[in-house]
Amino acid sequence: MDRRFPFKVLEHIFSFLDANEDRNSVSLVCKSWFETERRTRKRVFVGNCYAVNPLKVARRFPKMRSLTLKGKPHFADYNLVPDGWGGYAWPWIEAMAARRPLLEEIRLKRMVVTDECLEKIAASFRDFKTLVLTSCEGFSTDGIAAIASTCRKLRDLELRECNVDDLGGDWLSYFPETSTSLVSLDFSCLDSEIKLSDLERLLSRSPNLKSLKLNRSVTLDVLEGLLRRAPQLVELGTGSFSDELDPEEISKLTKALSELKQLKSLSGLWDLLPEYIPVLYSVCPRLTSLNLSYATVQMPDLVDLLSRCSKLQKLWVMDMIEDKGLKTVALCCKELRELRVFPSGADLDEEDVALTEQGLVSVSEGCKKLESVLYFCVQFTNAALVTIAKNRPNFRCFRLCVMEPFAPDYRTQQPLDEGFKAIVERCKDLRRLSVSGLLTDKAFEYIGVHAKKLRMLSIAFAGDSDLMLHHLLSGCESLKKLEIRDCPFGDTALLENAAKLETMRSLWMSSCFVSFGACKQLSQKMPRLNVEVIDEHPPKTRPDSSPVERIYIYRTVAGPRQDTPEFVWTIHKNPEVGVSRLSTR
Amino acid sequence: MENVGVCDEFVNLKATELRLGLPGTEDGCEEEKQKVSCIKSNKRALPEPEKNNESKTETASPPKAQIVGWPPVRSYRKNNIQTKKNESEGQGMYVKVSMDGAPYLRKIDLTVYKQYPELMKSLENMFKFSVGEYFEREGYKGSEFVPTYEDKDGDWMLVGDVPWEMFVSSCKRLRIMKGSEVKGLGCGV
Repeated sequence: MDRRFPFKVLEHIFSFLDANEDRNSVSLVCKSWFETERRTRKRVFVGNCYAVNPLKVARRFPKMRSLTLKGKPHFADYNLVPDGWGGYAWPWIEAMAARRPLLEEIRLKRMVVTDECLEKIAASFRDFKTLVLTSCEGFSTDGIAAIASTCRKLRDLELRECNVDDLGGDWLSYFPETSTSLVSLDFSCLDSEIKLSDLERLLSRSPNLKSLKLNRSVTLDVLEGLLRRAPQLVELGTGSFSDELDPEEISKLTKALSELKQLKSLSGLWDLLPEYIPVLYSVCPRLTSLNLSYATVQMPDLVDLLSRCSKLQKLWVMDMIEDKGLKTVALCCKELRELRVFPSGADLDEEDVALTEQGLVSVSEGCKKLESVLYFCVQFTNAALVTIAKNRPNFRCFRLCVMEPFAPDYRTQQPLDEGFKAIVERCKDLRRLSVSGLLTDKAFEYIGVHAKKLRMLSIAFAGDSDLMLHHLLSGCESLKKLEIRDCPFGDTALLENAAKLETMRSLWMSSCFVSFGACKQLSQKMPRLNVEVIDEHPPKTRPDSSPVERIYIYRTVAGPRQDTPEFVWTIHKNPEVGVSRLSTR
Repeated sequence: MENVGVCDEFVNLKATELRLGLPGTEDGCEEEKQKVSCIKSNKRALPEPEKNNESKTETASPPKAQIVGWPPVRSYRKNNIQTKKNESEGQGMYVKVSMDGAPYLRKIDLTVYKQYPELMKSLENMFKFSVGEYFEREGYKGSEFVPTYEDKDGDWMLVGDVPWEMFVSSCKRLRIMKGSEVKGLGCGV
């Protein structure tokens, strides 16, 4: 029987497939489905820029309009990946510029992007619309100016927490003089001052602007004028919120904010002064997203604000909110889906710790839609974790950071094994988990047994032995990203579960007991894994049994990369060669 | 409480460990003389806070044990929070600025600036005036506006007379004086 759907029919059916996971599955069915799918894919996502060759990607997807790439491992966010490790955007930009000039959107995370890259983007893609750079570095405001001036159809320009060489605010004046098509503009991570007149004029000629995130240097006294020129904003990130205003200015600002009838998201609010909280009253009832994580306000003022935010779905706040404040959130913010509580840097030795596990318990009780949590806390208890798990079996993302390494349940002095067991047992849809506190191998046995949908797991200062890793690699069926630091496990589990690693995107291990010899064995055993040893000293000069400081293992069809710096050693597949450093940079 | 120095192999590694950190960040990485890798050798004890090697620099309160990348907070966020910590310690970082003849006060954060020219530029922008040129012996010339500040002792000084760091730590508030009032101020230290 040789029945094939005509290409056109398949193409039409596939056009309803958005999720790349579905498209990936579909492309594996047979050759004709592979061909049809690849010709129709518009949005391409590459979770590890070294997993595949950019030219191959460019060739495979002729209709590509959007490219999303991720570079460095997640732990780079916490300075665990040395500078110069890699993650260069250039080869991708070059490949796309040559073959996919109709590319419209580029989103990069944790990559090194140079001004050269930005200039190439500006010069090569005539319909370029969207540039989102998250946690990227290597470029200056000159590169931004090139994008602003050349991409005439630019809709989104977002710099999220990037490390930019800020040469001044001139780049803002490079947008086209006639009306722009800007929909979102985020320069919140830049340091330098911008010229107010440039910004005001830009707003006046950007009628489609829906999202505006200013940097800290934009002072409070000019905010009112900016808002008057952009009353259609849906997302606003203010600049500094601490300059002194006279009563008339305050009243004008209050009015301007109340005119933002479509505003749903508010952020920035750097150094928010308590006396300005009433200014925000009018926007609170409409807000679905509020980022107070740079606002150094104390609990009573936070309560004042949050008690008015009944529609809030996403809240980021600092630990000044205290248990009391979170109780208010539990009472008032019934729509809450995501909560992040960040440490304010208060000394860990302080006696009067006002944010405890109780805060999270309250929110888990009161906010029935809560599904994503990031919570920094000094210490925790099993009882609290069990209660939280019982209250909220719908967690998809649970990241608890008990800031004291190896801290046991402070009431019982027991490890937090039972607490996390409750979490993974009850939260059947858990996709992402970060564990902390004192944990034995038992905790990881529980995770391996129960966390079947878990995709990403982060571990620090935990476990007793190899068993920990073995439980995880053999049990967690959906595991894609595993990152581990300072845990006492070694080679056996890694080698026994080598095959698992090819089903995952990546594994990061630092300050563990993995030996150089095991790395070699692993690499030779698994042809499609890059085993990168990140170490100041050439592994060759040390015995095979010596532990390696950092390893990063990831699956790839592109072979060992060619751009490693001196301190990164890709273990060669040929045992004779040992390690190679094919550095041509 | 076990001292981490038990793991011999690791002591050697630690001595030669790479120093990490994105360029330009000051999140304490340069100040860490030792990076505590808290690997236990099968003992379930908390790591002893290693006080001997910690350099007490100008970072406000000495942290317990400096562990690289812990707690896991992004450098971007850490840098912003660090500034806040300094402010809340009341070291005079946020100061009020008034200008003679202007009806309103401003507040500025001195830690945002690295030297006098930056501060001057910011003040000029804020109050829409120009400050003239600073001469060490004669003070400001070329403008009727003169930036002055009140220091910790209650004395009114000319902005620029003392080294920047000293200024930042002793300035309580700023006042941009106008015209005749200025003559009363001494110049130079």
